[in-house]
Formats: sequence, C-alpha cells, structure tokens
Amino acid sequence: MPAEVLQKAPSPGGPDRVRCAAPGGGGGNGSPPQPLLADPYRFGLWAFLGTLSMLFIGFTSAYVVRRASPDWRPLAAPSLLWLNTAALAASSVAVEAARRRLKDWDLAGARAWLGACGLLGAAFVAGQLGAWRVLRSQGVFLSSNPHSSFFYILTGLHVVHLAGGLVWFAVVLSRLARVSYPPGEEGLALFATYWHFLGVLWLYLALLLFVF
Amino acid sequence: MAQAAEAHAAEAHAHAPQAFIWRYVFSKDHKVIGIQYYLTAMVMALVAGLLAMLIRLQLAWPEADWAFLGRILPMGYDVGGGFGVMKPEFYAMLFTMHGTIMVFFVLSTAPVSGFGNLLIPLQVGARDMAFPFLNGLSFWTFLVGSLVILASFFVESGAAAAGWTSYPPLSALPGAVPGSGMGQTLWIVGMTFFIASFTMGGLNFVTTIVNLRTRGLSLMRMPLTLWAMLLVAILGLLAFPALVAACLMLVFDRHFGTSFFLPDGLALNNMPLVGADGAPLHQGGSPLLWQHLFWFLGHPEVYILMLPALGFTSDILATFARRPIFGYKSMVGAMVAIGGLSFVVWGHHMFVSGMSPYLGMAFAVGTILIAVPSAVKVFNWLATLWRARIRFTTPMLWAMGVISLFISGGLSGVWLAQAGPDIHLHDTMFVAAHFHLIMAGAALFGVFGATSFWFPKMFGRMMNEPLGKLHFWFTFVTYYGTFFPMHYVGIAGQLRRIYDPYQYEFLKPLQGINQFITVSAVILGVSQIIFFVNFIWSAFKGPRAGENPWEANGLEWTTTSPPPHGNWPGEIPEVHRWPYEYSNPEAPKDHVMQHEPAPAAVRGH
Amino acid sequence: MAKLQGLLFGLATVTLVAVSTFYFGRPWLPPLKSDRGSIDDAIWAALVVTGIVFIITNLLLAWFGWRYQDGAGARASYWHDDTRLEWTWTLVTAAIMFVFLFRALGLWAGINSPAPPGAMLVEVTGQQFVWNVRYPGQDGVLGKTSGRIVSQENPIGLDQSDPAAADDVLLLNQLYLPQGRPVRVLVRSMDVIHSFFLPHFRVKQDAMPGMTVQTWFTPTEVGTFEIACAEHCGLGHYRMRGQVHVVPADSIDEAIRQAAQ
Repeated sequence: MPAEVLQKAPSPGGPDRVRCAAPGGGGGNGSPPQPLLADPYRFGLWAFLGTLSMLFIGFTSAYVVRRASPDWRPLAAPSLLWLNTAALAASSVAVEAARRRLKDWDLAGARAWLGACGLLGAAFVAGQLGAWRVLRSQGVFLSSNPHSSFFYILTGLHVVHLAGGLVWFAVVLSRLARVSYPPGEEGLALFATYWHFLGVLWLYLALLLFVF
Repeated sequence: MAQAAEAHAAEAHAHAPQAFIWRYVFSKDHKVIGIQYYLTAMVMALVAGLLAMLIRLQLAWPEADWAFLGRILPMGYDVGGGFGVMKPEFYAMLFTMHGTIMVFFVLSTAPVSGFGNLLIPLQVGARDMAFPFLNGLSFWTFLVGSLVILASFFVESGAAAAGWTSYPPLSALPGAVPGSGMGQTLWIVGMTFFIASFTMGGLNFVTTIVNLRTRGLSLMRMPLTLWAMLLVAILGLLAFPALVAACLMLVFDRHFGTSFFLPDGLALNNMPLVGADGAPLHQGGSPLLWQHLFWFLGHPEVYILMLPALGFTSDILATFARRPIFGYKSMVGAMVAIGGLSFVVWGHHMFVSGMSPYLGMAFAVGTILIAVPSAVKVFNWLATLWRARIRFTTPMLWAMGVISLFISGGLSGVWLAQAGPDIHLHDTMFVAAHFHLIMAGAALFGVFGATSFWFPKMFGRMMNEPLGKLHFWFTFVTYYGTFFPMHYVGIAGQLRRIYDPYQYEFLKPLQGINQFITVSAVILGVSQIIFFVNFIWSAFKGPRAGENPWEANGLEWTTTSPPPHGNWPGEIPEVHRWPYEYSNPEAPKDHVMQHEPAPAAVRGH
Repeated sequence: MAKLQGLLFGLATVTLVAVSTFYFGRPWLPPLKSDRGSIDDAIWAALVVTGIVFIITNLLLAWFGWRYQDGAGARASYWHDDTRLEWTWTLVTAAIMFVFLFRALGLWAGINSPAPPGAMLVEVTGQQFVWNVRYPGQDGVLGKTSGRIVSQENPIGLDQSDPAAADDVLLLNQLYLPQGRPVRVLVRSMDVIHSFFLPHFRVKQDAMPGMTVQTWFTPTEVGTFEIACAEHCGLGHYRMRGQVHVVPADSIDEAIRQAAQ
C-alpha cells in the first residue's frame, strides 16, 4: 500500500461537524454539501436502542412462556424497588431540566441538573443492589425459582446498561465542566435519549415482573 | 472567495504522516479495517477448513490408521493401542468448531465486515463510515473473540463439542460430553465478543448507508451490493440479541444453578441429577426454549451469509455481461422479502423437535413461500445474461458459480420445507448438502468473486487471471463433487455428526460414496493454495491497476486504486443515475458511470 | 481461447445436470416398511418438480453463458424491465409453491393426527447411549417413572410402588412391533436430546428431556430393521443403535415375552 501524506478528511456527520460547516462546502472537504437525512449519531443511537429492545423482547418471550409452567412461584417485589423507580424517574426529569438550562445558555444550571441526574442514577444502581441484598436475606437467590432467576437476570442486565450510561454521563459532565461557554445541545440530547430509554425500559421490566 | 475558503479549510485539515501503528494497526480507516477483517477471516477459514478435512478423512476411512496424524494431534487420536484411531470426543469437537468458525468467524466476517467495510463508504460516496472509532473497536473486539475461540482448542477437556447449535442439555451439563466443560464456556465468551463486534459493525453500516449517501444517490440508485449490506446490517441488529439472551441463560444454567433450559428428572450415567438433599438440581426448564431463541437468530444468520454474495453477484454480472441488471426493482424487493421472511421461518429447523404441530404448519408456510423471491432473483439473473456480451473474467466465473450454487442449494430447500419429507431428511447429510451448497457455497464463491473484482481497487494491482481461473475451476468442480453426492447419502439415511456411520447396517453400502466425497474435499482444500499464492503474489507484484480496470459503473471506480485516506483526492462525486447503465444504445460508450453528468441523450434513472 | 471459459462453464453445467439427473433417478430411499408412503410420494413430487426447474434453469445458464459471449458487433441488449414477464414468472412460481404448501400441510396434518384407538402402546426412552423400550404389559398402562430414583439397575426410574408398573416389560435396544397394526410410540429422554429414527419407516421424533412426545405409524412388513439416533447426544451418538423387529400381529405378545427373558 502506497504511503502518502494525505489530507485529513473530517469524519462525516456528527453534530459539531455540521455546525462548523465552512462556507462553500460541507465540513471543508470540498465536496458538495452532503444531504444528511438525519444526524448520524442520533440515527445510530436509535438503531442501537432497537437492538437493545430486541434483547429484552427475547427475554420477555422466554419469561412469558416460562410463567405458564406449574413450578412458577411469584416473588413479592421488595418495596425498595419502587423507591429506585422514583429515583430513576427523577433523574430523567433532572436531565430534561439540564437540557432546558443549556438551551437558555445557563451553563452552571445545566451542570447542576446534570450532576443531579447522575447522582440519582447512581442512587438507583445502589438501590438495585440493595434490593438484591434484601431478597438474598429472604433466601431468594438466582436459582431459587424461575421468577427469581428472571428477576436477577433482567435487573442485572438493565443495571449493567445503566452503569454504561453513567460512564457516558461522566463524559458529558466532564465536557460541560471544561467549557466556558455553552456548547450545542446535541451531545446532551443524545445522552438524554439513552437515559430516558433506560428509564422506560425499567418501568417496563418492573411492570412485567411484578404487575402483569 | 468560496474557493479560497475551501483551500484554506483543506490546508487546516491536512495532517502529518501517521505512525505505522495508527495507520495500519489501530486504524480508523474503513479500508484498513476491512482488510484486517478479511485477512483474519482467511486465517480462521484455514483452521476451519483443516477441521473439515479431518472430518472427511474420518468419514471415509473410520477404521484406518492415522498414525502420522496421531503424532501431530495427539489429543485427537488414540495412538496407544489403536494406532492413530480418532477419538469420538475429538470428532465431536471437529464438527462443532468447523461449523462455529465457518458460520460466524469466516462467512459472516469476510463478506460483511470485510467487504462491507471496504465498499460501503466508497459506494455511497462518503469519506469514511459514520463512526470510524467504533469501526476500529469492532475489529479488535472481533479479534479478541477469534482468539478466545481458538484458545478453546487448548483447554484440557477440549473445545466445545455439542454442535455449532449448542443444544442444551448437552451443552449445559459439563458431564454430558467433555467439550461442555471449559470449552463450551469459551465458546460462549467468544461468541459474545463476536456478537458485540457484529453489532457495532451493523450500527455503522446502517447509519452510513441511510445517512451518508452523496448527493443524488437515492435508495433506488444504490448498487445491489449496498442494498444487501443494508439488509444484512438490519437483520443482524434485530436477530443477534436473541442469541445473546440465550447465551446468557445458558451461562446461568451451566454455572449458577438456574433452570432455563433444564427440566426436572434428568439423570446422567444412571445417576439422577439431584443435590445433596435429594432435591433435583433443575426443574421446569425447556430445551425447546434454547432452540427457539437460537434459531430466531440462526435463520436470519444464514441469510446474513448469503445476501452479500447475491449483491456482489448482481454487480459483477452486470459489469461483465455489459447489461443492466434485469428487474432492479424486483431484485430489491426480492432481497427485502427474503430478509423479512427470514424472521418467520426459524421453526423449520425444529419440525421434529416435539414443538406443537400447529407451529410446524405455521413455519412451513413461510419456508415454502421464501422460495418465491429466491426464484425471482434467479430469473432476473438469467434474463440479465440473455443477449449479453459476456466477458468471462475470473470475477464473472465466480458470479456464475454463485448462480449455479444458488439454484442447486435453493431447490433442495423446497424438499426440506415441506415438514413431511423433513421427517426423513432432518439431521441427515441431505441437510448438509443443502446448506453447504446454498449458504456456504454462495457465500464462499461470493467472497472469491468479490476478491477478484475489488482486489485492484484495494491494492492497486491486478490479480493473475490464469491463476484465478484455475482456482475457480478446481474449486467449482470439487465443490460440487464434495457436496452434491451428500444429497444421495442423505436420502439413504446417513446421519449428520456421526463418528462412524458404518456401525449401521443400512449405511454400510455408502462408504464408497463417502470416500469419493472425501477425495473431492481434499482436492478442494488443496486447491485453495492457488488462491493464497495468487493473492499474496499479486498484492506485491501484480501489474498496476488503473482507476477502473473493469469499466464498471459504481462510485468506487471513480477514485484511484487504491483510494487515498478520505477516499477521493478531490471532491466527492455526485450521482446522476443508477449503477447499471450498460449498453444503452443512446450513449456514446457501452457504459455510463453513476457520476457522469447526464448527457442530453441518455435518460437518467 | 476467448470463448473457452464460456464453453467450459456450459459443459460443466450440462455435465452437472446429466450426472445429477442420473444419480437422482436411483433408489436411495431405504425400502419403505410402514404406512408413511405419503412421505415418499412428497419426496418424489419434490424431486420431479425441482428436477425440472433444475434442468431448465441450468441449461439456460449454460446456453446463455456460451452463446452470449463478448465479441465484435453490436452492443448487448439494454432491455432490463418487463413488468408483465416478471409478474408472470413470479405468480407461476408462487402458484407452484402454493400447491406444495397445501399438499405439505395435508401431509403434516395426517402424520400428526391422533393415533387410532386400537394402536399398540410402547414407550422408547433415549439415554446416553441406549434405547430403553418399555411395554405396558397386560394392564395396558405404563407405570409411573421418576428421574429421582434412577439407578444402575433402574435406568428409567420405574416407580415400583405404582401397581401399573408391575407388569411393564423392559427391553434394551430391541423394539417389537406388530405387522399391520398401528403403533403409538411415546418418545422420551433421560438426559440430553436424542432422536428416535426409524429410517425404513420414515419415522423420526426428537427425544426431549422433560417431555413425552407421541408419534404413531403402522408397520407393513415383517422383518428386522434398525433404530438410529438422529440428534447429536455425546460421544456414543454414533453407536446408539437398536433393532426393530416387526412380527406377525398375532404373535406380538409372545415375541415380547420371549425377548424379555
């Protein structure tokens, strides 16, 4: 392969690229303006959420079929779970508030609300682990009965993805903390979408496991 | 003013030469990543191909003395008393890992991750994929998965041995077969990395194709290769999660005492599987659940293998027949129909599994109907060849080979789709004939066709034509010689995954045919040396290729061979028509490329 | 030389058609010994229809590849759409597939229909790596079993406290069936998935742990045939063979009694 010094071509798409479009050409690469159908990052995230949904749909079908078997012993939801749900819901509200602040050019306010979102999210994780401990103290383990198996696996899978979301939160917060003027809000909006998805997913799981 | 701004911007974006490690190792350039995937898949193919050779040797001469093999592979042969007789546990490992590696690490990888990465940005008219960093990450994740799978060969109890389908309880109980110990665990781990990698790739593919098409490139002006890649990405994103769910539950059944797949009442070696207190270790689980989840992925998966080859074939055929592809719209419709239907036919792998017969009926419906879009594709290809001006280059031969295999393998599917005959044919070599011809064969020939077609673009050099043709003929003839006779022995009842078929009286007469198959298979395997020699030699010493050596129409042929970082030295071309403008009587040349501005006489598409 | 490849491809394809047609015409199916001839009919129908399609499409492929090779003269044809033609071949294919579908569904319904009332009952339990055969004996009822009491002497976990178990007859790898009488087989498994395969009877039913699946058929000829395992079940999968003896219907009880000694 020939070695050449080449022009760096900026990665296509991405919110910052679009905003910094040089006059006369998209992204300064000299090409005709690319007719982006949708922001690639947004599109990619929704595609990923589709994949995640299929994962939980797969588990749901397994769960529904298994529920019909005679050895099903439904377990009672530890009340801590509802507290956790409230915390997660509040964290979604918090991130929306952060977005509102950012739109109004209030950087300090945005950081504060985002921080609150992260704290509530961390509280949710801690609360889930707490709920597990409650169940373990009642003698309900992973292999105790099919309902508990599904409970541990589904909550565990959800919490793992939420932990990933917390990593993302840390990245977004650190970016927000470093700038001196408010950036475009696409990055925060993207994170908020993922975060809300996890919230809705949790509601769905809680209802599936304990209500319906 | 605008030009000055552009030039200024261009300067600002120029960067210093990168170190080797960032250019060729941890690269974010889709072309480098594509080649990395491709080369890794080739290595995995060597491994899985060797496994197949061993399987065939065993099936042809199960009682023979393989002393010299016993010295190279002491874990697989009883060299002590039996003078190099293969061990049954080794055989089980061979067919399990051959299937696993071929399906996932070779034939999902080379056509999709390899060629998809190489071609998509070029064919859509983009500088790179939508998420270059994620792309690089996807390769390294894939590599880790491959290494884990290869590592599983070296654990003491052997690699996974429950079949590539890993049905529990065989795969869930370590005592059921030796490979279900650590080997199966590593299988699950390797597959998890693979699926993560494939998902990352799928996100890139779908985002790039939907969002980063250059001006003028509407969906109905995309080459069929791009359509195939788009559909494959969607299939993967929607189907693989089912296997993830299943693998997760399998891990818990294996190591944490859950009962997703394991029912009550099991006993191994005449010992009930009960705990110290006499209570059963498992209760209420269903092996059928694994099968449903596995095949929910498994069926779309086989189309993931096959669709890219169908896309390549259409593009290569049009180029070398100098004809537009016949019925472009119905080609797209057929691929979409095949992709969609692939989600509702998975139960045809389970007709005799004991699932409800009503479910069996439902699955038979979709399975039989999927023949219709498949047939439409064959008819369209034949019509493309009618009144063509065929140039029989190496890529064209491979494309014709794909059509041949697609016909052969597809038709045997009609036998199996009717649940009744499947009662006799399920788990026989007839099924092995079917999928090796249509899935493995089409994918393999598609990869070879794509390689010979796009090699000049990727490496800037032409492959050697005589060697290419020689490789094709050896492969084509021996491929049929290997897999076509499997129809016959399958109808006669020869079962799959059998270490020694001639233990059965009714199968004893088939040893001769099995030997013929093995000889074909060995020649097939050895013939691949021609390809490797051609590939490696041509990459360094092949004659230099121009921008468009094949006089083709796609956007990839509008840039240098190989393309620079950023794909076009200047502006990205705009698209004015579909990629199949060959032999238009109103056009000055016998082909009009996609980016050429519309001459008044030539109508756009 | 320029036309050589097209010629070779055409010849190779024609050879494939000729050889494969010849070999497909040979009798590969194990001789049929049961009433499931409808499966053989379906296989024949599939062979004929797909065979015709195979021959025609391959001959076209061979012919076009040879005939339409590049050379001096006019360009290739630009014709690339013909809605009527495309609809025609699509609908014809669909119609053929619908016929297959209806026949297939009818066949499947027949095979999965309930067993006739007088069918003889036998249970076959797969186990690594043998077939445990059990007859219900005089009372016609199979005794209860439980996996928890399995042992070396009691491989299927027969519960002797159940009165129905007392007259159950247990055989190893030997199955006795009456000629001309329908038989319903309960297929089960002790450990992993096996598959009860009678090649001469066109019978195959996966033995699923945790499930009992019934299949029924009528043996039509006296003789001894083989039972094979058709689902990978471990190291001994290849040698999990048994024998099925079809005897005249009036001597079936005697045959079972003899075998049990």
